[in-house]
Amino acid sequence: MSLRRVVVTGIGALTPIGSNANDYWDGLKNGVSGAARITRFDPEKFRTQFACELKNFNAEDHFDRKEARKMDPFTQYALVVADEAILDSKLDLDAIDHDRAGVIWGSGIGGLWTFQEEVKSYANNDNTPRFNPFFIPKMIADISAGYISIKYSFRGPNFVTVSACASATNALIDAMNYIRLGHMDIAISGGSEAAVTEAGIGGFNAMKALSERNDSPQTASRPFDKDRDGFVLGEGAAALILEEYEHAKARGAKIYAELIGGGMSADAHHITAPHPEGLGATNVMKNALRDANIQPEEVDYINVHGTSTPLGDVSETLAIKKIFGEHAYKLNISSTKSMTGHLLGAAGAIEAVACVKAMENSLVPPTINHFTDDDQLDNKLNLTFNKAQERNIRVALSNTFGFGGHNTSIIFRKLEE
Amino acid sequence: MSEIAQKVKSIIIDKLGVEESEVTPEASFTNDLGADSLDTVELIMEFEKEFNISIPDDQAENISTVGQAISYLEENVK
Repeated sequence: MSLRRVVVTGIGALTPIGSNANDYWDGLKNGVSGAARITRFDPEKFRTQFACELKNFNAEDHFDRKEARKMDPFTQYALVVADEAILDSKLDLDAIDHDRAGVIWGSGIGGLWTFQEEVKSYANNDNTPRFNPFFIPKMIADISAGYISIKYSFRGPNFVTVSACASATNALIDAMNYIRLGHMDIAISGGSEAAVTEAGIGGFNAMKALSERNDSPQTASRPFDKDRDGFVLGEGAAALILEEYEHAKARGAKIYAELIGGGMSADAHHITAPHPEGLGATNVMKNALRDANIQPEEVDYINVHGTSTPLGDVSETLAIKKIFGEHAYKLNISSTKSMTGHLLGAAGAIEAVACVKAMENSLVPPTINHFTDDDQLDNKLNLTFNKAQERNIRVALSNTFGFGGHNTSIIFRKLEE
Repeated sequence: MSEIAQKVKSIIIDKLGVEESEVTPEASFTNDLGADSLDTVELIMEFEKEFNISIPDDQAENISTVGQAISYLEENVK
């Protein structure tokens, strides 16, 4: 059977460097860092005291107080970006077939803040079990997709993917495939995360996963720099409206790009460390290229996972060289996590939006904070250091890898008639 | 209005996001004030916390209006 084609017809983003897709793109293009000292709680006793928090997010600007109280922040972020993407797509919500519209969302953790607060309140009283009836429905990761479906009456496929930092890319791949196979015509897909909490920072600190550069938060996320010392936790969300090509064409929709393929693989190696030679990362890009039915030489830009950890950045570049050979040196490669921090399960969503905007603007967003070359890396690769580079991007690939050894890649292509 | 009644009303206004004028003694949490089953459970828990008492489930089932909540609490809060 021939597969249906899938295009992106709407985007929305809520990130530490911009509270909508356009502001986010301005931040990316200008190399803005979203990192600062944590404001959400007093970080004084934590080894890491900074993160990429959303700036000026106030739930009551978006929801009435009663509604806001029943949602964890990760769900609030999801609804905000879904709304922006729906408006951007100009879908006529009265005209579409709601039974053929789905929501496939990604979140690595779900309602971490809710979990933390409820358990704290239990532990702080006399151990009488007194849990809020909204505890479970606020916390569970899938509630985000549930809320979005209720808001727009999207009655098609509906679930949330959980694969740590690969979650949103898994969601986009699933949404693409269900549209390709004819199970739905429209999907709201993407991901959201809100893990900048005591439990989030403390937990990742215990793993020694986070940068501890407290004296200079804005230069802490420095993928591929010799002195990188871990990732910077970020929060936020992004949504993409994926639509079957003929459906989008028939209504005269603005088409940002075609989502032409996705790959998945596992390292099957270690719970948190990447495979040293990048085996899973190699396989996932190979799988994505095969699914998209294109040659490696057709790719112009790779938005890497590149979290700024000592091991991960090395194995990912090894994998790129394995797959792309000589063409690796002609690619533009960048890690936008240098600016946004690492949004965990939402990373794949904001980075998909980065790819789509980069293609639209023929501009590769930079990897900021490059100070010193690392001789463990191949410095002939164009890692788009410090400043955006102009380039006509026909094909962009985005990688995300998650703890657990989950790897995902997706490929966008500029639509040519 | 008793102090208890005043507190009950403000909890209901806060948790259900309703106007003070809607919170009449006859108003039913679910039929008039837009509460669902989870909201009702949360309200009972808030009453328990505010007045430092424990409301048994079989009693809680009989509290479905503002007036019922006020009279239950006026009778049982020491």
